Amino acid sequence: MARILQLMLNGRARRDAIPDNLLLLDYLRETVGLTGTKTGCDGGECGACTVLIDNQPCLSCLTLAAVVDGLKVDTVESLATDGRLSAVQRGFHEKLGSQCGYCTPGFIMASAGLLRRNKHPSEDEIREALGSNICRCTGYVKIIEAVKHAAELCAAGASP
Amino acid sequence: MNEIAPAHTIGAYVPMVDGPEKVSGRAKYTADFIAPGMLAGRIFRSPYSHAEILEVDISAAAKLPGVKAIVTGADCASTFGVLPIARSEHPLARERVRYSGEPVAAVAAVDDATAKEALRRIKLKVRELPAYHSAHAAMAVDAVDIHAHRPHNIERDVYFELGDVAAGFAAADLVREGTYNCAEVCQNQMEMHAALADYDAVRDRITVHASTQVPYYVHLMLSQTLGMDMSRIRVIKPHVGGGFGCRTEALNVELIAALLARKSGGCVRIMVNREETFITHRGRPETDIHLKIGMRKDGRIIAVECECIQRGGAHSGYGIVTILYAGSMLYAIYDLHNVKYLGKRVLTNTPPCGAFRGHGTVDIRFAFESLLDEMAPALGIDPFALRRANLMSAPTFTDNDLMVNSYGLPQCLDWVEAASGWRARKGKLPRGKGLGMACSHYISGASKPVNWTGEPHATVKLKLDFDGSIVLLTGAADIGQGSSTILVQSVAEVLGLDLSRIRIISGDSDVVPKDNGSYSSRVTFIVGNAAIDAANNLKAMLIAAAARKLEAKPGEIECLGELYRAGAQDKGLTFSEVVTEALKDSGTITVTGTYSTLPESHGGKKYRGAAIGGSMGYSYSAQVVEVSVDEETGVVTVDRVWVAHDCGKALNRLTVEGQVQGSVWMGMGQAMSEEAAYHDGLMLTANMLDYRVPTIQDSPPIEVGIVESNDPHGPFGAKEAGEGSLAAFLPALTNAIADATGLRFNDLPVTPDRVFAALERRRRAAPSRRGEGGNGRGA
Repeated sequence: MARILQLMLNGRARRDAIPDNLLLLDYLRETVGLTGTKTGCDGGECGACTVLIDNQPCLSCLTLAAVVDGLKVDTVESLATDGRLSAVQRGFHEKLGSQCGYCTPGFIMASAGLLRRNKHPSEDEIREALGSNICRCTGYVKIIEAVKHAAELCAAGASP
Repeated sequence: MNEIAPAHTIGAYVPMVDGPEKVSGRAKYTADFIAPGMLAGRIFRSPYSHAEILEVDISAAAKLPGVKAIVTGADCASTFGVLPIARSEHPLARERVRYSGEPVAAVAAVDDATAKEALRRIKLKVRELPAYHSAHAAMAVDAVDIHAHRPHNIERDVYFELGDVAAGFAAADLVREGTYNCAEVCQNQMEMHAALADYDAVRDRITVHASTQVPYYVHLMLSQTLGMDMSRIRVIKPHVGGGFGCRTEALNVELIAALLARKSGGCVRIMVNREETFITHRGRPETDIHLKIGMRKDGRIIAVECECIQRGGAHSGYGIVTILYAGSMLYAIYDLHNVKYLGKRVLTNTPPCGAFRGHGTVDIRFAFESLLDEMAPALGIDPFALRRANLMSAPTFTDNDLMVNSYGLPQCLDWVEAASGWRARKGKLPRGKGLGMACSHYISGASKPVNWTGEPHATVKLKLDFDGSIVLLTGAADIGQGSSTILVQSVAEVLGLDLSRIRIISGDSDVVPKDNGSYSSRVTFIVGNAAIDAANNLKAMLIAAAARKLEAKPGEIECLGELYRAGAQDKGLTFSEVVTEALKDSGTITVTGTYSTLPESHGGKKYRGAAIGGSMGYSYSAQVVEVSVDEETGVVTVDRVWVAHDCGKALNRLTVEGQVQGSVWMGMGQAMSEEAAYHDGLMLTANMLDYRVPTIQDSPPIEVGIVESNDPHGPFGAKEAGEGSLAAFLPALTNAIADATGLRFNDLPVTPDRVFAALERRRRAAPSRRGEGGNGRGA
């Protein structure tokens, strides 16, 4: 069966006809073409597909697209303002929180979700917020530095 | 002072040149290329570990509406494989399946649901054969040969004895032996395998996007398996989500996509899932090691005997090289003589192993450094002092003819000893806490290319045009390790230009020069030197042009990056003015830089395969690991790691730190939690919950000390930074656990189950000492 999905995707209103069983991840990547959100596992194991649904980090691979009807969905493509990197994006770039970059959109969205609800996270709070995202390159050391740097940039007025 | 000066980035903290794409979601990986009208590809895999194929019945699948092409082993008679001497694998099995999960057929259909339904309709009829899931079972005298050309399932038997081992042991004051088992581990890189193949039936050409570390090898194997002339093939390597060695050979995924594309006359995308990515494998083999070391009482090692058996999986892959590395890399870290090595690479009915980060060296180093740690207290020598008693002095050649020109291991030892507070803290930590140390090393690129063609080992091109921008063209595959950044920095440094003047294009065979690929930590050293050569050639042309314009001699021209002048009093020419002058002769300038390794770095001939291990330079690493062991639960927590890495010269301190931290952490996964486990040949851990990668919650701070030994041949003195620090973590961890508990773990991974069981055994064995436990010291 199919239905009409209406949502606010990256700040723009959108309307699409979708099958009932379409995953939000596949809707974003294959239907809309927003391929920044990544598929890294067979379901709920790695966090690479993390997006914000009404500002809450969620795994788009475990969410039916139909569920976000009427909601606000933000992907990694939404963060830059006028093409300039957001605080979290700058943190990951400047502190090398990203190596191969494949887990990066998931980590960035989970971090953005954290900084939207907690402007001054402790290191433990950062670890907790990123506890379901797997990175295979960095050993996480520079990811933690990246989020701390992003928090400093936010404190100076930047948007997460 | 407003003097114009050349720009410098070498030695600085420089974010990656492709970072903005990665953090903004604009970086495209293979699966992100969504072509209009493309077909979805799916692979049908064998449920049997070992069986003779009687029939692959695709008739029902072929009738399904929407199915555009089905390929089976009948569509490709050619084998593929990374080593020209050992190509045992078919993209789709023919006659036999040799591991559970081996591709047998593949479907291209209008959408994924149709492709999946088609797989359900394929019927595989077989006669099952005895299957061997362990090296010992496969080596049994009555075992069936998995490959007819490999009797007794031995892929390669390696033997060498250099020096007089018996005399060495006879002269030793202390001889100890140990038996070690390291579980099979998987790269489990974040990007699952994917391939996009687009066949142009009008021109008989094919374009393949592949998530690979070695686009050139993929090109060769596409030609071989498709039976197409290489000139009709284009290989594109987009962004790659990690590799760690599993993509250092062409994989069946890209070959199957190409076969489907040609048969369907269209564009096919295959995105295999995480389970299939695990089964495609190419990880580190399960390894059994028996090691014996003889020492004089001053700690000098005077004899070594090492036996190593690797469970290689169902195909040759890199196997011969892996078992040779395990032997050759006993050398080039300490001053060793009188060494005997027996290695066996065994074929088994499990997914094929490959070249995992630290290729061949990691499990052997675990055994070696563990046994050293056991022997040190027996001689009353501190573990650091024991290593210092066995240091080499560079330049030198090892007994197996490895050329060592720079050797920062002494400085690595000094750094981690001081940073960790070893002398003040070792032996004085509270109960349940411990400190351990170990060393490791790695090559900076295998000196001999796998496919020996007589060409330079690396070629880089630079294009300079009217706009004053420089385009760096290279086939070197950036897979996240930052090789593109290092190459851009290298060119910019020679020319004294800002990084923004240089753009890099890598990984499109239509555009870039051929490169052997990203394996064995070769890119910084080998391609870096080629990039420097290209930049020097370009600089010479620009200086000649400036000299002509300024009516000076080339030797009088001073290059300040954005300014070329004839002496300090000269107003000089801007970079764009020099470019305009230089273009007058030839128009657009293209220069080439090359690099070839020295013949004396190619290893020796003292035993068959002695070239493996030969490199232009060796990196060194020393580590101290601090752990806490919960004796009630067996849970080991790594509190902190100090690691010093001799990378010759840190071209980019940010990426060196990132590579070293990543290596240490990957060693931690292997040491503590990661294991590819099987039941009757079926991988049980083919997902990211059962294959336990450490999370951010489990991962310690890793403090990095950079040691710069300035290799005489390295680019700006650099050596590798991305692999050499992995191996030392494993023994440093078990040495720390031994320090904390008095228990030594020779089998990896050291899971809480194993620690708890060992603690329980000790409690039961010594009930009178119950509760004393102790940290093992003074026992």
